Formats: sequence, structure tokens, C-alpha cells
Amino acid sequence: MTSIAKPIATHPRLKTNSLGLTIRDYEGGMSTLCAGCGHDSVTAAIVQAAWELALPPHRAAKMSGIGCSSKTTAYFMKQSHGFNSVHGRMPSVASGAAAANRGLNVIGISGDGDSLSIGLGQLTHAIRRNTNMLYVIENNGVYGLTKGQFSASADIGSKLKKGETNEQPPIDPVLLALSVGATFVGRSFSGDKQQLVPILKAAISHRGLALVDVISPCVTFNNHEGSTKSYQYTRDHDVAAVEADYIPVCDPIEITGLGAQSSNGHADSLRVVQLHDGGTVRLRSTSPDYDPTDRASAHQHISACQRRGEIATGLLFVDSGSRSLHDVLRTSSTPLVDLRHEDLCPGSAALDSLMKRFR
Amino acid sequence: MNGVNDFAFKIGTVNGTGSASANGLLMRSIFRMGIPVSGKNLFPSNIQGLPTWYEIRVNGDGHLGRAPELDMVVALNPATYAKDVAAVREGGYLLYDSSWPLPKQLEREGITVLGVPFGKLCVEAFEGDRERTLLRNIAYTGSLAALLGIDMQVVDELLNETFGKKPKLLDANHKAIRLGYDAAVELLECPLPFRLERMDATSDSILIDGNTAAALGAVYAGATVGAWYPITPSTSLMEAFTGFCQKYRVDPETNERKFAILQAEDELAAAGITIGAGWAGARAFTNTSGPGISLMQEFLGLAYYADIPAVFFNIQRCGPSTGMPTRTQQPDILSMAYASHGDTKHPILFPADPGEAFEMAVQAFDLADRLQTPIFVASDLDIGMNDWMVKKLEWDDSYTPDRGKVLTAEDLEKLARFSRYRDVDGDGIAARTLPGVGGKGAYFVRGSGHDMHADYTEDSAAYCELVDRLRRKFAHAITLVPEPMVIKQEGAEIGLITLGGCDAAVREAQDLLRQQGILADVMRIRAFPFQDEVKEFIESHESVYVIEQNRDAQLRSLLMIELGVPRESMTPILDYGGLPLTARVVVEAVAGAPAGVPA
Repeated sequence: MTSIAKPIATHPRLKTNSLGLTIRDYEGGMSTLCAGCGHDSVTAAIVQAAWELALPPHRAAKMSGIGCSSKTTAYFMKQSHGFNSVHGRMPSVASGAAAANRGLNVIGISGDGDSLSIGLGQLTHAIRRNTNMLYVIENNGVYGLTKGQFSASADIGSKLKKGETNEQPPIDPVLLALSVGATFVGRSFSGDKQQLVPILKAAISHRGLALVDVISPCVTFNNHEGSTKSYQYTRDHDVAAVEADYIPVCDPIEITGLGAQSSNGHADSLRVVQLHDGGTVRLRSTSPDYDPTDRASAHQHISACQRRGEIATGLLFVDSGSRSLHDVLRTSSTPLVDLRHEDLCPGSAALDSLMKRFR
Repeated sequence: MNGVNDFAFKIGTVNGTGSASANGLLMRSIFRMGIPVSGKNLFPSNIQGLPTWYEIRVNGDGHLGRAPELDMVVALNPATYAKDVAAVREGGYLLYDSSWPLPKQLEREGITVLGVPFGKLCVEAFEGDRERTLLRNIAYTGSLAALLGIDMQVVDELLNETFGKKPKLLDANHKAIRLGYDAAVELLECPLPFRLERMDATSDSILIDGNTAAALGAVYAGATVGAWYPITPSTSLMEAFTGFCQKYRVDPETNERKFAILQAEDELAAAGITIGAGWAGARAFTNTSGPGISLMQEFLGLAYYADIPAVFFNIQRCGPSTGMPTRTQQPDILSMAYASHGDTKHPILFPADPGEAFEMAVQAFDLADRLQTPIFVASDLDIGMNDWMVKKLEWDDSYTPDRGKVLTAEDLEKLARFSRYRDVDGDGIAARTLPGVGGKGAYFVRGSGHDMHADYTEDSAAYCELVDRLRRKFAHAITLVPEPMVIKQEGAEIGLITLGGCDAAVREAQDLLRQQGILADVMRIRAFPFQDEVKEFIESHESVYVIEQNRDAQLRSLLMIELGVPRESMTPILDYGGLPLTARVVVEAVAGAPAGVPA
């Protein structure tokens, strides 16, 4: 089967962004995933976020590993370079690309199999390195391409279609990320585009690695009764812990102050966090004692939700003052790939003089 | 051996006691006297407390392979006395620390035993255990200077250069060296029958290890991304690269760095970073050794199949498994040539010494970009970590990197459609674009089946077209990789084929064989894939020996597979104990065994 070209029929009055591009310009090839797959909704959210941010498509690099999730990089932003690498190793390839060209917007898409089992080491080390990238985990609790085995994010007691029950504890990418020093951690649901799009926008604008775990149900192998990663289960247990809104640098920023009334009538706290690109995120925590800019508080709140059987979603933690890979490496502001050879080669005179050291 | 400027000796100490700097001082002093010298550090996989040896060979004729025999052993480690005394050639010398009575183990007929009480002298002259231990090494250096005729002025000069900024240390070292020197003059008959005399054969040379030279090559080639995971014996390559980048690539005003060095979590990630950076358009490399090569297999296949440039320095060591990490071998020839699952082949460069490690490092980056594929530089522990005397490294400022076929935005304008894997020129190399170029340049790299447009495919014909192009590309590589070096002798019927660090010993063997009336041509292979010339060399000699450092005759296998030459036409000479090759091994195999008998 070859890839399917998407029919191009654009509505003449589609809105354009500041680059003059319509949302169709951010789409990719036709998805070959199952009808109703959560991943396709994530793809749509990425398209929306990138279009709204007016991300120059040619400056984006789409990176992925292997699995259903990793296929999705072919389904958005066809004008961007893409790299579908090997299983569980996207983070290293993305780190290399990001190191080489700091001008790229690196968008990494992975899954729970790709990131939490075979690629767990690479995920944690990309987080530690704070590689400048968006890292999306499309999390469905099963291996789809090999037809429905449990993944490492499957909850204890979750049932496979054939009835088998998972008895091993899950790895929660959000708690894991917080514990290894992640500087931006979000969680959302593929079925909640309203929540997901602003998180993705803020994530793309974050300097450093922004991890976004998206519960993205597998309609074929993990959407039945007894699964804890089904559409129904996720809708029933999703609790928005933080409401986030991303405001790009060009828009006026409206600060409503702390302790404003939220839409649900409870007193909650609004925090405005400035990102490195000049944009801001407004974080409204739904719990008065939860501060999404405090790592320990985030960890505590998410764990408490988990104990209650709730899935905490939202932009759960952000450290906007973090030092990214390039800050730590003090890499030149000109991308390494754009340096000329004469900037890199010390030349014959330097070599002659160096030879004295070896006499 | 055993004459003026033609001898070899070995020093046995305990590692972690500072003997390395003393041994370096000895070797450098000889070098500064203008005499060709080589040093082989035979060290344990350990930080402190195990036996370690340093062999120094002096050879006015310039034969600097590992010495076939030892004229003297300096035995300073009681744990290895028995082994050390046995290592002395008949009629040779043994020098030991006579602070204590001569131990039984060191008694041997047919050799001369010399004693200097280094320990006692240092206990009397210095305070503190650490200082006494460290300076005992400098003291034996002093005695050796007296015994071998090392110019003390040269030694003093080197000490001044090394410790010039640390006056206390400098004084102590001067004192210790004198202590050893004076004691030897007083107690022993100096100099020995084999000794040094000034020459002028090193003025255009340097002493450098291959890892440092390769790192320098990477700097000069314009490599900007280095990814690695520490592993002996390749670690010092990235350490050297780091040092040179800090020296040459930091903007003095902004403090910005024109390089990125990433110490990865493992070799898999190191390979991934390298490939990601190569794809993005940087000159990127990783350095590793056998176990790392095993771990990088999957990524090597990806880079091969997806046409991504990357340079892999493999500083080979003894395998299999962890093997002997501080012992040298050439055991990864096949695992590099065919690394990864599926049909894969990778070009390999085989430097023979640090000078060539420098040159080939630069060539590797050009080849990687030109061929859009991983290139191995197959060094080894002996080349990588030992100081070798080589010609001063030179750089031609007219060098411009060959970045291969990379389409710019303007190039893309002229195209109706960019097809990433379309072979326009017939050399198997398709033009690539770099992320960020825009326009029609975007494409999707994948390790899964893809066609010439880089689109996913499971179509047989499209798949075959792509892998056949890769085969054409590999064939084209033959025209680009370095050619073999041949040293002919008029009327030779024997051919000696070798590679890499075996070179010095094989060339010496060629001379020794001639002295026995056996004429041999030498061909040193410098790269894989092999040129037709290699096949012609095999076919044009009555008997051919393939000399390499592994158990299974891997180079011979590769020659058989790739050139179709019959197994019987090549007799392997294999040396795989983990130490650098000596000419003796080759001479005995050629002169002692009937030629043409397959192993």
C-alpha cells in the first residue's frame, strides 16, 4: 500500500494566518489510521495550533519513532521535513537535529509503546537534556500496529479486548517527566480540542522540551468496556486541573489578576507565565492549593487525582525560566548548520603552531 | 638489535602510581634527541593497583612497530616479577628496585641483573607516601637516562616545560631525576652496550596519539556536532575534540560556541543524535568501540537506507562482548562492513597511524556528505591511545568541504518536482535538501519502504529500484575511497596484504624477509569497498598472506566475499592476543610455514 494523497479542495474564503496560509496549508497526507482513531484528532489539533501560531512550515521538523502514533507525522504539515526514525529512538534523532539547527521548530510525536517501553531511556534523557522541542505522547495503553498488546501505560486492572487483565503498574509519563526535571508538562485528551490546542501552542513556544501526554484512545484494540484508555472512560474521569490559554506575543495581554472567579464560580488562581518567545500562558488552576509553576505542588496534585481515579489534565507544570539544550551548551546564535567552513576550521597557521605541543 | 639507537625496553609498574608521565618523559626525551622512537602502553582495565607496562622501542632505521624482543626490562612491580624476568631476551638486562634484597623470582641465568634502590632513595629524599611513590617513577627515569645515554639537558628542558608553572613540583622532579641518574652512575656501569646517540631524524615529526589526531581532523573538517557515550579506548577522541573546540571554536567576545557536544545516555542515542544532526545538515560524528558498534546497528541500517551522512569512529578493542577493553585488535571488520539487518554495506577507512587518522577523519566527512551514508573510520586502541611518531600534520588552506549534492531554494525553484531519492546522475546518489529550505524541498525520511519520491511504499518494483540504487551508490564509493598503498620489491612472488595498525610491523617484516632472501610485495588496504587493484594484487602473486588482528581472518573473508577471490589463494596470518603486532609474527609465519596452506 502506498501513501494516499489527500484531495485538495480548498474553500475560497478560508481564513489565512499572518503568513497568508490557510489551515489546509498545515495539513499533510491522508491518514491511514483506523476510522475514529484518537491520533487523528491530535493531528487536527496540531494543525490548528501550528496554523494559529503561524508557524512557518519549512522551519518545522517533524520527528517520530515507530508505531501508530509515529505514523501521524506524515498527516500534518506536508511542507515540513519529516523523519520517521526507529522504534523508541526519536528523542535522540530529534536532539541531533535540534542541536544542529536551532532555527528549527522540532515537533516530536511518539506513543506510549515508543516512549514508555523501548524508548523510556531516550525520553527521560531528552527531558534531562531539555532539547528544544514539542514532545507529544499519543497515549492509548496498547500496541496498535502489532494488534493490541498492553503497553507500559496500561493501568492495573485494565482489560484487553480478549479479556486479559493487566497486572503490572503503569508508567505515568507526566509524573515521570516531573521527576526527571521536565520544564513543561501537559496532559490532555484527544477528544478535547479546546483544551489541547492552547496547550500545544504554549508547548511549541516553550524554550526547552515540552511534554504533552495526550490520552488518545485506540478504537480498534482499546476502546471497550473495562479499558481505562477508552473514550468513555477518559470522558468520565478527565478532570481539568489547569485551564491554560496561550497568548502569542503580538496579541494584547489581558491580566485579570490572581484569585479571579473562574467560569465554574469557584475562587481559583490565575497565573500568567511569560515564555521565552515573548508570548504568555495564562494558567488557571482549578484547585486553590495547586500551583502549576511549582514542581512539587504539581506532582502532589496529579498523584492525588490519580488516587481518586481522576485523570488530571491541563498544562500541569511549566518552568519558563528553564535553561534549554542550547542555553546549557552555549551554542552559537547562528545555527551550527549555517556556520561557514572558515568559521569552523582553524587553518594551517594554527595547526603549525599547535604542532609544538606534540614535540 | 642491541646496538646504538636500536633496542627496546619495557617498564613494569603498578597503574595509578604516576608511571605514565615518567614513561612519557622517557619517550619524549629520546624523540627530542632526534631518534625515532615508539611507545606502547600495555595497561589494565582498571584505575589503580593492577600491573601495567610501557614498552619503548628505539630504532634509527625508523621501524616503529612493536619490538620483537626486549633488551631490558625494568621490573618495579613485584606482582609481575616472574613474567618480567622471563620477558628479557637472552643476554639482556633486568633493572629492579634494590631497596630490598634480590628476590628469588628475579634470578635468571644468561641475563644481567641491575639494581638501584629507588624506593629507599625516595624515602630518604621526600616526604609523604604519595610524593615518594610518584617520584620513584621519575627516579627510575633518571637511572635509565644514565644507562641509555639520554641527554640530561633534554630531560631538564622537558621537565621545565611540563612543570614550569608549578615550581615546587618542578624542583622535586629535578631532584628525583638527579637522584636516579647519580645512583646509576655510582652503582652501575653506564652506559649499557645498547644506548642512544643523537640523530636528526625527528625534526619534521611529532609524537601524537590517533584519537587526538582524529579529533583534530574532525575540527578541521568542520564537524559541529559530536555525540558519544564514554567507552575505552575511544573516550579520549571526544575529550580531545572538546579541548580543540574550546581552543578554536569559542567566540572570544560572546563566549558562544560553534559546536555542540552531547554525551548521550548510551551508544544508541549517540548514533541517533549523530544521524539527526547529519540529516539536519551538520557534519556530525560519534566515536565508540566494539560494544558501541553492536548497539548502533539498527541506526546504521536506518542511515544507510535513508541516505543520511554520518561519521563513526570505531576505536577497536578486543571482543567479543566486553572482551579486553584495554587491549588492541581489529575484530570489527565484518560487523562494520555489513552492520545492521537487511542488505547493508558501509564504507570503512583504515588509518595505519595517527597521521592517517587525521587525514582520514577529514576524508570521512567528505565521503559521508558525498555518499550520504555512514562512514566508518576504523582505528584501534594501539593507534588511538599510544603516542606515535608521525610527520607533522599539515593543512591545505585551499580545502573546501565536499558537502555533496544539496539542493538550495534556488535549485528547487528550477525543478518541477523534488524527488528525494531519484538518481539523476547515475552514480546512485540522489540530491538531498536540508530542513528549513522551504518550497518544494520538504520530504519525509523513513526507515520503512519508500520510493524515489520518499513516499511510503510496499511495492516490489519501487522497493527494488531503491535498494538497487543503494548498490550502485556503494559501487560508486569504490572510486572515491583511498587507494591501497603498495610497496613492491623487484621479483617478489609473495604478497603480503594487511590493514590499519599492522602496517609498521608488516613493512618491517618485508625488510627482514628480504634479509632472509624472501622477497615480498606489501599491499596495505586503506578502505572498504575494495578497488580492482586489490584483486589484481591477489591474483598476480603466487602466494598471498593476509595479516590482521582477529581470530577469524575477517579481512580475508571480506576479500573473498567482495572480490570473489578463492579462499585458498590467501593464507591468513592472525595475531589476536590483544597486543600490537610485531614483525616477528609475520616473519615466522611466512618463512616458517609453507606458503599457500589455508588455515
